Amino acid sequence: MEMPVPDASVLSRKAQIVERLEEILPRNSVISDERETRAYECDALTAYKCPPLCAVLPANTKEVADVLRVCQELGVPVVPRGSGTSLAGGALPTADCVILGVAKMNDVIETNYDDRYIRVQTGRTNLSVTGAVETNGFFYAPDPSSQLACAIAGNIAMNSGGAHCLKYGVTTNNLMGVTMVLMDGTIVEIGGAHLDAGGLDILGVICGSEGQLGVVTEATLRILHKPEGARPVLMGYDSSEVAGQVVTDIIKAGILPVAIEFMDRPCIEATEAFAKAGYPMCEALLIVEVEGSNDEIDAQLKLIMEIAASHNPVELREAKDAEEAGRIWLGRKSAFGAMGQINDYMCLDGTIPVSSLPFVLKRIGEMSKEFGLDVGNVFHAGDGNMHPLILFDANKPGDLELCEDFGAEILKLCVEVGGCLTGEHGVGIEKRDLMNVQYDPADLEAQMAIKDIFDPAWLLNAAKVFPLASSEARRAA
Amino acid sequence: MTPKTEEELAQMIAGANGPLRIKGGGTRPIGHCEGDELSTSAMSGISLYEPGALTIVAGAGTPIAEVEKTLAAENQRLAFEPTDHRALLGTKGTPTLGGMAAANVSGPRRISVGACRDFMLGVRFVDGAGNIIKNGGRVMKNVTGYDLVKLLTGSYGTLGVLTEISLKVLPNVETTGTLRLHGLTDRQAIEALSSALGSPFEATAAAHTPKGPSGDPVTMLRIEGFEASVKYRADRLKDLLKAYGEVEVTIGDGDEWTAVRDVTGFADKDGDVWRISTKPSDAPGLVAKMEASAVQYDWGGGLIWALTDAGRDLRAALGDFDGHATLVRGSADVPTFQPEAPALAAITSGLRAKFDPRGILNSGIMG
Repeated sequence: MEMPVPDASVLSRKAQIVERLEEILPRNSVISDERETRAYECDALTAYKCPPLCAVLPANTKEVADVLRVCQELGVPVVPRGSGTSLAGGALPTADCVILGVAKMNDVIETNYDDRYIRVQTGRTNLSVTGAVETNGFFYAPDPSSQLACAIAGNIAMNSGGAHCLKYGVTTNNLMGVTMVLMDGTIVEIGGAHLDAGGLDILGVICGSEGQLGVVTEATLRILHKPEGARPVLMGYDSSEVAGQVVTDIIKAGILPVAIEFMDRPCIEATEAFAKAGYPMCEALLIVEVEGSNDEIDAQLKLIMEIAASHNPVELREAKDAEEAGRIWLGRKSAFGAMGQINDYMCLDGTIPVSSLPFVLKRIGEMSKEFGLDVGNVFHAGDGNMHPLILFDANKPGDLELCEDFGAEILKLCVEVGGCLTGEHGVGIEKRDLMNVQYDPADLEAQMAIKDIFDPAWLLNAAKVFPLASSEARRAA
Repeated sequence: MTPKTEEELAQMIAGANGPLRIKGGGTRPIGHCEGDELSTSAMSGISLYEPGALTIVAGAGTPIAEVEKTLAAENQRLAFEPTDHRALLGTKGTPTLGGMAAANVSGPRRISVGACRDFMLGVRFVDGAGNIIKNGGRVMKNVTGYDLVKLLTGSYGTLGVLTEISLKVLPNVETTGTLRLHGLTDRQAIEALSSALGSPFEATAAAHTPKGPSGDPVTMLRIEGFEASVKYRADRLKDLLKAYGEVEVTIGDGDEWTAVRDVTGFADKDGDVWRISTKPSDAPGLVAKMEASAVQYDWGGGLIWALTDAGRDLRAALGDFDGHATLVRGSADVPTFQPEAPALAAITSGLRAKFDPRGILNSGIMG
């Protein structure tokens, strides 16, 4: 993966830059020792590593503003970092950058149950947002699988999704307002405890901008009351075509499950060996979950079971209680860990129209043979968000590159059938150079023009999202 | 000018010598703007509809009615129930998808399922320099690059002229239940609506009218779904709200919500119409400052429609508050949209200058 050549003038001024940052921040907020900056050398895309010039851990909006103002003044690139769980390399440093970590900023600022929102500092983890409101019966809906660790700052940067977004939407649908600091230190308030923008929907473009427009320090998030209950059913089929048809039929019947998850045979085999969830050995397995009162769940599941049964399932299993529900989810929740037991893996998240599912799975199977790398598929079927897990051996020379080439072919296929490169992980560095597959130069120019407004000097996380060749002139200016 | 294709539109914009006034169906003349009329009506038609994938793609000039009819045939719908502004604004014509998206038009269900912007999956548009640009796509989850779809939605044609729109749709419901409470003060009503919206029983609309059809206050909640479910949740909500009085329940097709959606109560009345988005619990206090001749609360109090004396600057009466006020119909000599704080206003004008360097697209509408 190519990254821009670090700015030698910045590298040579390290001592001076660190000193300035130490002047404006409280003690122990600047990390510049090479043994310690190593902790920030990568995110969850661990194949790529680069220690930053230094890292800063500001404690509030004002300190963030001070850091950014100084970095802009000194011409130092900044890479914002939430919890470092990005699968796309969104928080990967460059050697000449200051990592701005929000980890110290994890306070709850306000909870308001009447108006159904919570305001937090963005270093707070996703799950602890729900943790702050669950004793009152509320929750924060977006639930990325990394929710135990990932920060709201990163969720906003990547517009993170999760298993339950078929019903509740992704981050952008649950974000009401932010305090954001621009690269020049300007503090901007956008949105609030009300709905929708009074002018242009700037909040809409900030969410998902991968930390390139500003550093979001506080966020107002919509909270919802928990449903009375939720229960899944599990169904197995002989072919992915049939499973795809079942998904379509459920949706067409007017039922909107909170989650529809899909696993293919390689994934089922891996999870069975690992978690022993008692899954049937078949080509396609679906987990469909619905919510409501007990009676409401019964009524919805009855309809779903009728549809499922009409397609000759090899297995059809309804959870009767919490324990059975837990067992149905067990395999799905351990799928990534199970694949990781077999080998290193790369996880993609291209999204496709649900109707293309059987074709895409068939093609991925064929490509798996061509590349000689195994792949398991587990994904959110209701919204077409795939998660092919390509297995490779990081210790074998050339295997990572082969895996990346295979991944690129899968993502191109996703775009060809009318889908997109990434449904919830973001572009980062991982899919940066594939952006030309999905977008024409004019499309990318329009996006880069937005960064010009927020960060004219292109100092903020600049080597991400756009193909390096496309952004080169701006970064060099 | 009525371009038939995106390319034709791009040429017209690139070659324009003066300001352009972009027109969808012409049913939402919000704000003042000058220039040659540019109609999207010929870029019409549904190009893709996949009921199983809950997605539809159509030209910006496509009538909303055509889309809704197509969806209804598959028992689906536009869940954000866009307001039909014709009665309120005294307009004729055919509301289009493009106009709906450009104004981010959402009705009562916005409080539960989201706004028009939340259902927008992709756009194609031509910017003020004549560039053809696409963003988003036709899949429900897409974080590939910046989200210009949201930026264009609600931009009132000031950043570009929409040519094609992809939308997420949702299944229709079997049954609608409406709960009514009578005689509540504004504050009690918003409290009651908040406790319903903060329950697990999923109200899909929550409105209050201080002067209902009979002149007395009416507070309304909507529940939707399968019949047994609607009845169950209606019972639970009745129980939850019993401190606020007798709850009357109607099970049916939910027609009574069309009047809330379209604010038809203000249609034949003189005066200016303001639309205020705010924090629900602040709403009664704001209304008390308004001296409005009529108000309607929607979105559990988060949306206030106010009818005021013609020519009054309502914002002066409201002062600083969490939210924004838009002059939807009126004669007041004030900006149509809430003026933004300087830092945000700088970003807005920067974006407009990038997308419309000559300032020819609907100039004047958003300041």
